[in-house]
Amino acid sequence: MPRCPPIFAASGKRQVTDMARMTMIEAVRSAMDVSMERDGDVVVFGEDVGYFGGVFRCTQGLQAKYGKTRCFDAPISESGIVGTAIGMAAYGLKPCVEIQFADYMYPAYDQITQEAARIRYRSNGDFTCPIVLRMPTGGGIFGGQTHSQSPEALFTHVCGLKVVVPSNPYDAKGLLIASIEDPDPVMFLEPKRLYNGPFDGHHEKPVTPWSKHELGEVPDGHYSIPIGKAEVRRQGSAVTVITYGTMVHVALAAAEEMGIDAEVIDLRSLLPLDLDTIVQSVTKTGRCVMVHEATLTSGFGAEVVALVQEHCFYHLEAPVVRVTGWDTPYPHAQEWDYFPGPGRVGRALAEVMEA
Amino acid sequence: MTEFPLLSLHVPEPAVRPGGQPDFSNVKIAKAGAVPRPEVDVASEEIRDLAYSIIRVLNRDGEAVGPWAGLLSDEELLTGLRNMMKLRAFDARMLMAQRQGKTSFYMQHLGEEAVSCAFRKALRKGDMNFPTYRQAGLLIADDYPMVEMMNQIFSNESDPLRGRQLPIMYSSKEHGFFTISGNLATQYVQAVGWAMASAIKNDTKIAAAWIGDGSTAESDFHSALVFASTYKAPVILNIVNNQWAISTFQGIARGGSGTFAARGLGFGIPALRVDGNDYLAVYAVSRWAAERARRNLGPTLIEYVTYRVGAHSTSDDPSAYRPKTESEAWPLGDPVLRLKKHLIVKGVWSEERHVQAEAEILDEVIQAQKQAEVHGTLHAGGKPSVRDIFEGVYAEMPAHIRRQRQKAGY
Ligand SMILES: Cc1ncc(C[n+]2csc(CCOP(=O)(O)OP(=O)(O)O)c2C)c(N)n1
Ligand SMILES: [Mg+2]
Repeated sequence: MPRCPPIFAASGKRQVTDMARMTMIEAVRSAMDVSMERDGDVVVFGEDVGYFGGVFRCTQGLQAKYGKTRCFDAPISESGIVGTAIGMAAYGLKPCVEIQFADYMYPAYDQITQEAARIRYRSNGDFTCPIVLRMPTGGGIFGGQTHSQSPEALFTHVCGLKVVVPSNPYDAKGLLIASIEDPDPVMFLEPKRLYNGPFDGHHEKPVTPWSKHELGEVPDGHYSIPIGKAEVRRQGSAVTVITYGTMVHVALAAAEEMGIDAEVIDLRSLLPLDLDTIVQSVTKTGRCVMVHEATLTSGFGAEVVALVQEHCFYHLEAPVVRVTGWDTPYPHAQEWDYFPGPGRVGRALAEVMEA
Repeated sequence: MTEFPLLSLHVPEPAVRPGGQPDFSNVKIAKAGAVPRPEVDVASEEIRDLAYSIIRVLNRDGEAVGPWAGLLSDEELLTGLRNMMKLRAFDARMLMAQRQGKTSFYMQHLGEEAVSCAFRKALRKGDMNFPTYRQAGLLIADDYPMVEMMNQIFSNESDPLRGRQLPIMYSSKEHGFFTISGNLATQYVQAVGWAMASAIKNDTKIAAAWIGDGSTAESDFHSALVFASTYKAPVILNIVNNQWAISTFQGIARGGSGTFAARGLGFGIPALRVDGNDYLAVYAVSRWAAERARRNLGPTLIEYVTYRVGAHSTSDDPSAYRPKTESEAWPLGDPVLRLKKHLIVKGVWSEERHVQAEAEILDEVIQAQKQAEVHGTLHAGGKPSVRDIFEGVYAEMPAHIRRQRQKAGY
């Protein structure tokens, strides 16, 4: 599998290039385009993804380019979409399907957790399931409780699934290509609040478009980013912030605003998890804050924090803190009181520094 | 080599796309009055034709004809017209309010007003609807206060749902309106369960399940039909076929089945197809189904054939996937104009009174909006409290949520 070009300098800053600028939507689309072009076995389908190109327009143009039998509209049946994708994969295709919102994957949960995740294991490799489920995730768009959920922990708790959450266009494309090329099922969660720019939680300010951000620079052609490698987005020595998706940008903003020398780790892939990067950083800083938008109890943060105490206990100088969405459904009107914004992350950073 | 040709995948396509000439010549429409009205205890096999035809009462000249006509008084029809006009005016105002940023989101009923407004008349107090987001006529026709609906839409300090739900996701047990879910189709099978409960308790109440054409593809739809069929639940299974599911035409969900109504036949459920833009036909058929349910004869499936004239929601632009003029070509016309014409033909209504009623209704809606706005809109004025995020997750707040509420400062 081709690896990503080494264009990240050690600092996490990109070297200057003259590459195309893409939004996260365009990057995801480009990943599917490149994959469909290279491999006739890649098919794309889902609700409204064919002629229209998806409600977020991620598949726009793919049907026109590759025809109706490689990119098409599906009936509104998530269990049907995932079930047929599994069947196609058993035949030898590589389906990359869209679930319109992560909140709507539940009718497919049986197919995902009991089938896709275990086909390799139960047939001892006789059958495999190389499928990708793309799904917009997270809040920040006043979508209420059924357009805002972050169900990643419902996937990481299942053995046999990989779980990827990109935080920028460059990663989104490289990781989606890697996911499509991966021999196992990958849940690919796209933080919808990041589709058009690096939203940092300051909802009252307009978001900078990706075209003005270095991670909006995306090569046109094929490249992939290995699943299971985190990226240090900000180097620091005082405290480690472990996060992913939208919260990467919130954490970066919080660190700047608090003037705290935080190291911010973007996990990118939750499963497999880049434990080395986490341990290296926490061993160095001795302090750790875990941030995610999903609810607290039994969230992915609980897993990370358990690993941190297992591997870094003697280096810790303060209790590890989690900043997450509250343990309630995602409310509509009180969105910004629910969303763990830079204020809440900043207070947690201060708390951990004082401890 | 094989004696068979190579396989190829069939992917249904609508007849026309943007840039093309709208064409509904494939929509077969029975003449008004042509479809017979069977006894309510008829066996489903005996009325298979009704799943493939279209029951219509109002003809082109605005007359009510045939065996399904003659059930409503002039007074009732005038109220029906008013309800549909009210729903339309309400939608127009709320659409505007959304554009003005007073709410985040809205979904309108344009062209589909007859379905929920007329259906409500077939139910009684105590019956329960399990609606989708496109049946607000059930509330309007039951005189649910528009101010309350707007309070919910504005997520203001008087929002009966405390800001928790997406705009238009109303809930009112009092008005027989089950809390709306954003997850499609889930309510369909719940309605069957509610109806089964009514039967278990030897009650007299019936339930109504609601679903859109596209959502019939979900497993919950099929589960609902199995349970309704097995237990002969006192439920009316409504399918609103408005031709579109966001950008997806109804052929994707319907597949090779001739109609959505025909889905009921394999389950032994009597299935009828009705002109959804004909207030009289919608009422006649839903009353027939309600009577079956009340007489313990079991479920009825009804497909309302209609057209979604507006965008799917305020997040949608249909010009990207269907011809702009498609709604004008829709052969079943406009439900408000058709009932209006009927009442004029009957001599109980006039153009002048219609214009006057429009003005009165608009004023009523504006007054309600003014009242609601006193209590705030999404980004201005009175809001639900942050406390409301934490309350109502459980009957009794567990300690961990209380701690989180305190952390939030409330
Ligand atoms: C389980 C689930 N999947 C997908 C969606 C996204 N979605 C919302 S409305 C809609 C189209 C529904 O079409 P239809 O059932 O025909 O109802 P209509 O909007 O036409 O009234 C879709 C796909 C959802 N809300 N829930
Ligand atoms: Mg529809």
